Amino acid sequence: MKRREFIKKSAKTGILVSLSFSLPGFVGKYVHKLESNQTQNYDLVAIKGGEPDKMFDEAIKSLGGMKTFIRKNQTVLIKPNIGWDVSPERAANTNPKLVKRVIEHCYEAGAKKVYVFDHTCDDWKRCYSNSGIEKAVKDAGGEIVPANSENYYHEVEIKNGKKLKKDKVHELVLECDVFINMPILKNHGSTRLTISMKNLMGVVWDRGYWHRTDLHQCIADFSTFRKPDLNIVDAYYVLKSNGPRGVSLSDVVIMKSQIISRDIVAADAAAAKLFGLNPDEIRHISLAHEMGVGTKDLNSLKINRIIL
Amino acid sequence: MDNTSFRKIRIALSFLFFIPTTIILINFSEQIPSSLTKYITYFQFVPSLLKAFSLFTIFSTGFILILLLTTLLGRIYCSTICPLGFFQDVINYISKKIKKRKKRFNYSKEQKLLRWSLLFLCILFFISGIALGINLLDPYSIYGRITGQIFRPIIIELNNFFSAILVNFKIYWLYPYEIKSFNLAPFIISLLFFLLISYMAYKNGRLYCNTICPVGTLLGLISKFSLYKITINKEECLSCGLCERDCKANCIDSESKAVDMSRCVMCFNCISQCPTEGIIYSHKKHSKQKEYKLELIDESKRNFLFLVAGYITALSPIFAQVKKQITIKKNSTVPIFRENAISPPGSISIKRFNSICTACHLCISTCPTQVLQPSFLEYGIKGMLQPRLNNEAGFCNFDCNICSEVCPTGAILPIELERKKLTQLGIAKFIKQNCIVYTQKTECGACSEHCPTKAVHMIPYENNLVIPEVREEYCIGCGACEYACPVKPYKAIYVEGNIYHKLAKKNLEQEKPQIKIDYKKEFPF
Repeated sequence: MKRREFIKKSAKTGILVSLSFSLPGFVGKYVHKLESNQTQNYDLVAIKGGEPDKMFDEAIKSLGGMKTFIRKNQTVLIKPNIGWDVSPERAANTNPKLVKRVIEHCYEAGAKKVYVFDHTCDDWKRCYSNSGIEKAVKDAGGEIVPANSENYYHEVEIKNGKKLKKDKVHELVLECDVFINMPILKNHGSTRLTISMKNLMGVVWDRGYWHRTDLHQCIADFSTFRKPDLNIVDAYYVLKSNGPRGVSLSDVVIMKSQIISRDIVAADAAAAKLFGLNPDEIRHISLAHEMGVGTKDLNSLKINRIIL
Repeated sequence: MDNTSFRKIRIALSFLFFIPTTIILINFSEQIPSSLTKYITYFQFVPSLLKAFSLFTIFSTGFILILLLTTLLGRIYCSTICPLGFFQDVINYISKKIKKRKKRFNYSKEQKLLRWSLLFLCILFFISGIALGINLLDPYSIYGRITGQIFRPIIIELNNFFSAILVNFKIYWLYPYEIKSFNLAPFIISLLFFLLISYMAYKNGRLYCNTICPVGTLLGLISKFSLYKITINKEECLSCGLCERDCKANCIDSESKAVDMSRCVMCFNCISQCPTEGIIYSHKKHSKQKEYKLELIDESKRNFLFLVAGYITALSPIFAQVKKQITIKKNSTVPIFRENAISPPGSISIKRFNSICTACHLCISTCPTQVLQPSFLEYGIKGMLQPRLNNEAGFCNFDCNICSEVCPTGAILPIELERKKLTQLGIAKFIKQNCIVYTQKTECGACSEHCPTKAVHMIPYENNLVIPEVREEYCIGCGACEYACPVKPYKAIYVEGNIYHKLAKKNLEQEKPQIKIDYKKEFPF
């Protein structure tokens, strides 16, 4: 009977505590604020000042938790940036701590399986291991998947694409129930910035085609194909120059920030501002806005700004 | 010890040498850490000897041990350590299963002139700075090429086949390996060697070892005077000729009861064949009673047929590796003429590299990015089959020096990672007329994106566009830019090899302190 007693007791205390908390004038304001955060429908959450995993814990709360994105037994694909054979502090790849925490959230929300991959630029095995992401994924119970062979990619039609009409896309993008895009905010030699939309270049086989055929337009075109259910922009370490690979730690600024949103264009617009650039200067953001993929107009959005 | 167990010990040991050597030469998914390879190749005679010339360390003493071993025990190397020897024994085993004839081998006379002139030519070439002779004839290197060019693709295609099946069940632990480049001439040369040596071994055992192989000739000279010898004990010998029939080196003359020790490869088959103790291995003569034994012969031809069938089916996907064609807006117009091939980091200069590398293709199999590919005439005839950086297939990974770690001959000398990152193998050359930014007036920058030192950086161009520029002093010639350049058919940026490797300048911008920011500041939106 001991267990039942314990449950009863704790339930009682729980009720008492919550009653006392709901008493007006007793830190009621704070509790109210927290609750209202959850119920309000934010379009975008920007957070700064904490560790990547802690920031995500807070940020996802104001979008209603991971449960609003993942139902029980769904398969999830997380697409971080693992493009380069460098260590996490060099800010060329998404922060492994963040990857780990997001996977944990997915499983807590009931995900059946969480897959992670990137079509890397450097040798894939070295990228996976030296970015720390392979270990992070394994520690969190996810599965890191290779993307180095054309066999994994299947040709799809991009109906709303202007210049990119078809492309070969990794099978997991086509098959997963939930698609989470997890870029890192970086300077980029030719597109100036690489954020959420540019990160999707790592799910297709032939990137060279994009480069040859109006890069910005292709980036915008592809973002019409399958919009990620959630975009998590890692801006903890930010590569301010010599992107997207970076040369040394001098290129990196520790910004301790994060932006999450369902709207891929809004996420990119906010991240661009965070970086110190006007979103209008990044052609693919404007193109995607015009094509109706999302909005770059941050004033029209409900934004939760959190400073820890 | 019982004289007949020598053969069993020899076979067991040869597996111990052969299997790891084959694995490192196939090694496509980095199963074996590269730090182990130097132990595995330690006993390979020619690589170890060559390494001692350029870098005398504990890892280049293998050849001394082989010489000592030969002085004591005869050509143990040839049947136990040499992977090509093992390979010939396998072919020989198959031929034994297929051929029904009991009289398989006969004593033949030594091809003295041929043997010695080939060895002499190899040495002469090597002294005058051409590794081509030793490169073509060294048994370890031949085996390396046969494995790298023929067995390796077969194993890879098998791996890809099974991984494709597993993917259907969402199992990703076996992953496909993309062969990025197919080199016809090196493949054909390796195939010819494979066929020739297989034919010789099938017909007449160790014919290659005793007529062509320069290592065989050299060790044969020593084993003539070795302490332990195979000798026919005239008192015990029944003159039945069983030993001669089973001597794959054709070195036993049972009529005159003589063994030519310069050609004996120490396989000990004769000893296990001898019904008495008529043929023995010792430094003095023994006499002991022995039971009569005769091996049963399996008459099946299946093994050989399976081998041939497997080979042909597995080879077909290699030929089917045709690159997908993509339509592009504008073709590039300026062709590339590379004056010098690019030699691997640690090779110091092309000339030096060409004079030492025996083209065993171990680095090619180990290179994680596949940038190392066998050459044909890129270095000229004297560098034939030696590895070069082929930026069509990949680029030299910035944080990697594995080739220098595994090279058994010292052609690629060990190079510290920090030094490798500054070693300039060549210099990137930009061809503006081919560049997308110039021809199509749209953004690209793939070259600069991949550049690890930002020697290739983007500078302002018309209409808010940016265009690549090469800062040659920072360039290390890794070829990432050339590999990434999406223009077809000619790239807009390519690496011109350095005849002598140089040191690139370190970009001092890269040592500035990190900028600090205030986390409490409000968001800019």
